[in-house]
Parts: sequence; C-alpha cells; structure tokens
Amino acid sequence: MNAWLTAAPILIPMFTAALCMVAWKYPVAQRALSLLGSLTLVIAGGSLLSTVLDQGIQVVQMGSWAAPFGITLVADPLSALMILIAALMGFCVALHALGDIDPVRERGGHHAIFQVLMTGVCGAFVTGDLFNLYVWFEVMLISSFVLLSLGGLREQIDAAIKYVCINMVATACLLLAVALLYGVTGTLNMADLSVRVPAVPSQPVISAIAVLFIIAFGMKAALFPFFFWLPASYHTPSVSVQAIFAGLLTKVGVYALIRVFTLIFTGDTAWTHGILMVMAGITMIVGVLGSLAAHDLNRAWSWQVVAHIGSMVMGLAIATPLALAAAAFYMVHDIVVKTNLFLGAGLVRRMAGGSTDYARLGGLFKSAPWLCLLLFVPLGSLAGFPPLSGFWGKLLLVRAGLDTQHYVMVGLLLLTGLLTIWLVGRVWAEMVWKAPAEPPGDTLSTMPFVRSYAVVMPLLLLSLITVSIGLQPERLLNVAGQVGESLYDTSAYVQAVLGTTPVPQPTQLGALETGTAP
Amino acid sequence: MEVIMALTVGGMVAGAVYLFLSRQYLRVMFGVILLSNAINVAILTVGRLTTGHAPLIAQGTEVMDQAAANPLPQALILTAIVIGFGLLAFALVLGYRAYQEMGTLDTGAMRVAEPEDTP
Repeated sequence: MNAWLTAAPILIPMFTAALCMVAWKYPVAQRALSLLGSLTLVIAGGSLLSTVLDQGIQVVQMGSWAAPFGITLVADPLSALMILIAALMGFCVALHALGDIDPVRERGGHHAIFQVLMTGVCGAFVTGDLFNLYVWFEVMLISSFVLLSLGGLREQIDAAIKYVCINMVATACLLLAVALLYGVTGTLNMADLSVRVPAVPSQPVISAIAVLFIIAFGMKAALFPFFFWLPASYHTPSVSVQAIFAGLLTKVGVYALIRVFTLIFTGDTAWTHGILMVMAGITMIVGVLGSLAAHDLNRAWSWQVVAHIGSMVMGLAIATPLALAAAAFYMVHDIVVKTNLFLGAGLVRRMAGGSTDYARLGGLFKSAPWLCLLLFVPLGSLAGFPPLSGFWGKLLLVRAGLDTQHYVMVGLLLLTGLLTIWLVGRVWAEMVWKAPAEPPGDTLSTMPFVRSYAVVMPLLLLSLITVSIGLQPERLLNVAGQVGESLYDTSAYVQAVLGTTPVPQPTQLGALETGTAP
Repeated sequence: MEVIMALTVGGMVAGAVYLFLSRQYLRVMFGVILLSNAINVAILTVGRLTTGHAPLIAQGTEVMDQAAANPLPQALILTAIVIGFGLLAFALVLGYRAYQEMGTLDTGAMRVAEPEDTP
C-alpha cells in the first residue's frame, strides 16, 4: 500500500494526462479529467506527507532491484511536503484554467500538457536517482516548452526561443555533471553517492563536479548570473501557465540544489556553499532592483520570483537545521504567494483591457473592492507583513543567519524585504488608488457565472492557505523542523534507501580514478 | 585511448561554445547538437572503455569478466539521445514558426517579448 502511495505522485498525473489525450476531441471531458486528477493528486500528496511524518521515510525499489542497481523512489519529509504543495497549486491552477484557457489553447491540448508538467515536477521530487532526476527535468522541460508557446502569439514565440536555448544548455550541463559523477563514483543512486563521494581519493574533482551542478541547477532556479531568461519569458503565456511556472518550475531547481548539496556534496562546504551564499546574496538584490525598475505588473512579479529564490538558497547555504527548515518554510510560502500573485495579475489584466502596464492600471478599488481585499493578502505576504506567512519565513531566515553570524546576508535579506515593501506600496498606489486611465474593460460580471467562479475561487483558496499559515505557523513549522533535521542528518535517508548502514568503500567502476581498462 | 576520447570531447564542447556565441538561432541549435553528442561521448568514456568483451556472464560462472564492457553508460546514452532528439525536434519546429512570424532568426533582432526600453 505504501509503495503505491509513494509512486502515486507520478502515476496519477501521468494517467490523467493519458486520459486527457484519449479525450482529445472533447474539451469538456478534458476539463473534468484534469480537475479530478488534480484533486486526486492533492489527496495522495496529503496522505503521503502524513505517512512520511508518522512512519518515517518511504522507499520503493522499482522492479524489486536492490538499491544501488535499480530505480529508487524516495519520499522523505522534504519531498512529501513539496509534493503536497505542488499538488495544491496544480489543483488551483487547473480550476483557474477552466475559466481562463481560451478554446484555441484548449484544442491545442492545454489540459493534457499541464498534467504532463505535473508528472515531471512530482517525478523530480520523488526520485532517488540522479539520472532519473535528469529525465524528470526533461519531462518537465518539454511540457513547459509546449505550454509556453501554446497559443502561438508572436511574443510567446520570441520568449520560447530564448527559454528553449538556455534550458537546453542547462540540461546539457546537468547531464555532463551526472556523467562525470558516475565516472568517479560508479553509481547514480543518490543515497549510495552520499556514501561514496567522501571516499573518492581526489576531492578537487568532486568540487569541480559540484560547481557544474550549481551551474545546471542555478539555471533552472534562476540564480544570479543565470536568471535573464526568466523575466524575458514568464510574462508571455496564458495566466494559468504563468502562475504554475512562477509557482513551481524555479522551485524544482531549488529543491534539486537542496537535495544535492545536503546529501551528496557535503565535503568541501566552505567552497561549494560559499559560492551558493554569494550567488544567493546577489540574486536577492538584483531581483528586487529589477522588480522596482519594471513598469509592468507581470514583469515586476517575474523579477520578484528571482529575488525570493535568493532567500531560499541563502537558507541552503547556511546549512544548519534551522536554516534548512527556514528554506523549506520559505519555499512553501513562496510557491503559494507567487502562484496567487500571477493569478491576481491575470484578473487585473482582464479588467484593464489586456495590459498590466502601470499606465493602464488604476481605480481598482472603485470597480472591484472585494478583489482588492483578496489581492492584499498575497501582496502583504510578499512584503512580509506580520500576521501573514512571509513574515514567519523571513523571521526564521534572519534567526538562522544571526545564529551563524552571517550578518551581511541578514542585512541583504532585510534590505530586500524593505525594497519589496516599497514595491508593494508602489503597486498598490498604481493599481488601486490611482485614477483609472480609461473605463474598465472586461469585468467579472460580464463573464458567464461558472467561469467567473472558476477564475476567482483559486485566489480565495490560495489566500486562505497564506492566512492560515500566517495565523497558525506552528503546524507548518513542525513539519519544516522535521524537514530541516532530516536534511541536516541524512543517515536516516541513506539507511532507508540502502537498507543497511553502509561502510564507505573505494570506487570500483569508472576509468577516471581506477583506470581498469585493458 | 581515454586521452584521445577526452580531447575529442573537449574539442566538441569548444566547438559547441563557439556556436552558442552566435546570434543566429540555427547555429545555436547546431551547437546544442554538438554539445549533446560531446556529452554522450563523455558518458561512454567515463563508463570504462573496452574492446571485444560483451557484458555477458560466461556459462558456469556467476560474475562478469573484469574486462567486460559496462552496459549502464550505453543505456544512459540511449535515453539521452532519445530525449535530446525530442527536444531538438521541438526546437527546430519552434525556429521555423519564429521565422514565419518574425521573418528573421537573428535572436538579437527579436525584441517582441522584451522591447528595447524594458529593464
């Protein structure tokens, strides 16, 4: 039973996607299937998380091949938490898509491809094998290419060109890094790697490979030198696609960084985590400055996605149990808030007649006071106002930074927070208080009843999640605490996967180290 | 043998990087093809180079001959080739569509999603 539960996050969206493709000619059936599949995934994610928290790390060896040889699926607290939150976002976005996706995109297979994207994301979270991680990244990538260019507008094609180029280079880097690591250790299983990597005779080789991983995952996560593709592309597709991209895709990169740099590359942390620390600091500042320079709501939020990636990687770079817990907490908060912000920006765009340029916005309070109230929740949480979830995430990170005397990083984090408050104030003034440039365009009341509910309900749901995390942080804090502990001390993970407490052995396979070739 | 393979991989990667520096989308795609093939050769190399020993267990024994080829890198390369082929097919169709829409494949001239004055 537990084995099926661990594999469920991959199987459910995969079968949903297949069924959606079977129902290619019937959009109504596709909608129902997509919604049903997403809801099932939420239930599976919730029960997986509670199982992991109650009974410890869940491991499945596919095909019953013992650990280092077969394909391993692992659900540890971090994976299970990420799957649950990804499933929740998937459900909200699938619901929003009912009212948002136009018939052209629907005929192009939006629902099916969206489920494939969820398969890739969940697969990346649950896999215990580096090569499989690469494969799931590719599944995620090819579906994101299609979603990005679905609809075929000129700006979408332009954005897709840049997105495709950089991501193909990033996956090539990832594959090369995986290959080299296999060359020096002779294994691809992550738990096995964490035992064998410290036993490799020449550690500088390991450090070099670690840097390749930083580059590959840094491109995915939009860390400092590699983030330019994100503000160039994320504002172009349909609102549902923007929301799921902003919420999940970069965070899968962060998840992979956390997984690899807590489990495998733990030797020369002064070097690897030092690089991550510098990148995180610059990412925060560059992201928030970019968002202040933008004069378009969608672009500002795209830059904010970059800025907050820096905060999570800062938690990883400090690498104490508290800091890792803070990174996990922050990631959950950020996924919810970013999805919510992009969905909200989509509604605002609908009302402002198809543009989110600040010049076209204004007078939202007059035309839709309740929507303003709803939008205030993610905005306030982004800025870190006290009762909302963003405040607790920042508080944990500041605490972790002060404990380890990283005063510069804490200063940068607080400065980023301050500049974000500035941004939120500016957006609020432009969007809500300013006199409108022209009478409002398409309002919700002109939409069909069911569609308008489908569009607004996800915002309400996400805002409720944000508020409930903010008012009752203990529950998520407990889970995040367990995540931090399990990431800091990975012996339970290794033991769960390999079955026994393994003894470090010198490498046996591979030409780089031993030269066994005849 | 390893040295020759390593130099080959290095040369291919250098060529790929040279092609990436071009502003023409098609040349960047050629660079992607070259890079993915370079990586496939790298996987083959790191997984031990052998000649003439199939990875089969001889009759009567239970373990493989020490000099046998390592089958795992070949499985990995096969997967990587298939994935790379799929991505490349999509990327080329995307390039064709972009040429239809914008009349150019010069990535520097494509300023639709990011006009000149945006930060």
